[in-house]
Amino acid sequence: MDVEITSESPEQTIYIGRRIGQKLRGGEIIGICGPLGSGKTHLIKGIAAGARAGAPSDVNSPTFVIVNEYKGRLDLYHIDAYRLNSIAEFEMLGFDDFCYPESVVVIEWADKVESALRSTDYMRIGMEHAGATIRRIHVRNAPKYVDL
Amino acid sequence: METEGRPINVLGIETSCDETAAAVVAEGREVKSSVVASQTKLHEKYGGVVPEVASRAHIEKIYPVVSEAMERAGVGEREIDAVAVANQPGLTIALVVGVTAAKALSLMWGKPLIAINHLHAHLQSAMLAEERLELPAVALIVSGGHTCLYDCESPLELELMGRTIDDAAGEAFDKVAMILGLAYPGGPSIEMAAAKGDPKAIDFARTMLGRDSLDFSFSGLKTAVLYYCRGQDMKGEDRVASMSEQEIADVAASFQAAAIDVLVRKTERAAGRIGARTVLLGGGVAANSVLRDRLREMCDSAEPARRLLVAPKQYCTDNAVMVASLGYFKYKAGLFADLTLEPKASG
Repeated sequence: MDVEITSESPEQTIYIGRRIGQKLRGGEIIGICGPLGSGKTHLIKGIAAGARAGAPSDVNSPTFVIVNEYKGRLDLYHIDAYRLNSIAEFEMLGFDDFCYPESVVVIEWADKVESALRSTDYMRIGMEHAGATIRRIHVRNAPKYVDL
Repeated sequence: METEGRPINVLGIETSCDETAAAVVAEGREVKSSVVASQTKLHEKYGGVVPEVASRAHIEKIYPVVSEAMERAGVGEREIDAVAVANQPGLTIALVVGVTAAKALSLMWGKPLIAINHLHAHLQSAMLAEERLELPAVALIVSGGHTCLYDCESPLELELMGRTIDDAAGEAFDKVAMILGLAYPGGPSIEMAAAKGDPKAIDFARTMLGRDSLDFSFSGLKTAVLYYCRGQDMKGEDRVASMSEQEIADVAASFQAAAIDVLVRKTERAAGRIGARTVLLGGGVAANSVLRDRLREMCDSAEPARRLLVAPKQYCTDNAVMVASLGYFKYKAGLFADLTLEPKASG
């Protein structure tokens, strides 16, 4: 299922993420693409809250640490590919171990590791700037039960 | 465990993110050796220039780094009294390399194992030269991955008062450097460019998150710099290519002033709240001279004046001296881990 949503503020981006997170059942992989400052981390704050993996304030940017882990109704692995230099580095993170029926794996800068994700039926979210606080969010290949 | 009057030596191991490091520290303060893979010839032997994120890089380096630390310290296993390792927070697959090595050495040598929180260890760097800490103390840890404020009762008792809710301060420095086309790592290049710029040239907003908050938010500041350079809807062309060196220096200086302003004001707020007599500063961004100067002014202008303790520059970024040093205090307190020790992503 493909949907396009406009967010007017960071708070609304978190809210949209929360609606996605609430519908998740586990076993999903979500790749998020979009330039600096387009709201990727904010969307994931909402997804984590909706999946009851962590409060929005618990979710911060894993750019340096590469992977943040949050545990709750579903386990959420929050990966940031920004600093990765190769697909091999991504695979060595233990990506396969993060994917199990009760987990959700969310990847920021997913375009950098697209070839590693291609074999999975992952949900794609594109984010773009459309004004000072306005963001266009494109959701593609969402499972049917994630009706937005 | 009998040391027969000789100093207690702790071997420290650090692998929480990019760096593979080992150190031997005597009595918690005397640095006998400090080896950080990326800073030595080992790095040329074993890996590229850009720090590698993969655990394989740690696996390849851990043995040579530990043996070099032992060799430089001039100690053998008999003179090591405990093995301390950072087991949280960090990248699990990186942490596990240090934890596994430390467990193996502890078992092989029959020496106690000590678990260390990497963030608490950063504070230890600021306390290295200090015999007695005047309490209460507030501690600011600021690096690429973390931005936290602690109420510090002793090296072993730290209570989190605030932290970043999005980007760490060091991450903002790196991303702004990237926007401005400055070299990686961004911290030193922003500081260098900013030295020639006007910190008041652009009034970037200071995100304070409400009057009582001790949390930090730097993602809005990063986006403000981005919009300044590329227009509010990102549809404009990237002006950085056509900016003069002076203009880039002004953006860097104005960004740096805004980020440091928030760090200093929040630290002052935290210090006021607990009546801190001492302020501690550690982590990679603690190497920034403007941050050091501004915190010193804040401490000097307090009534009564507060003491500022800053980590020596070589121990601001990730290292194992801080792990071994904190390990000594846990050793003295009898706080040991066992071989079931596991790495933990959050801490």
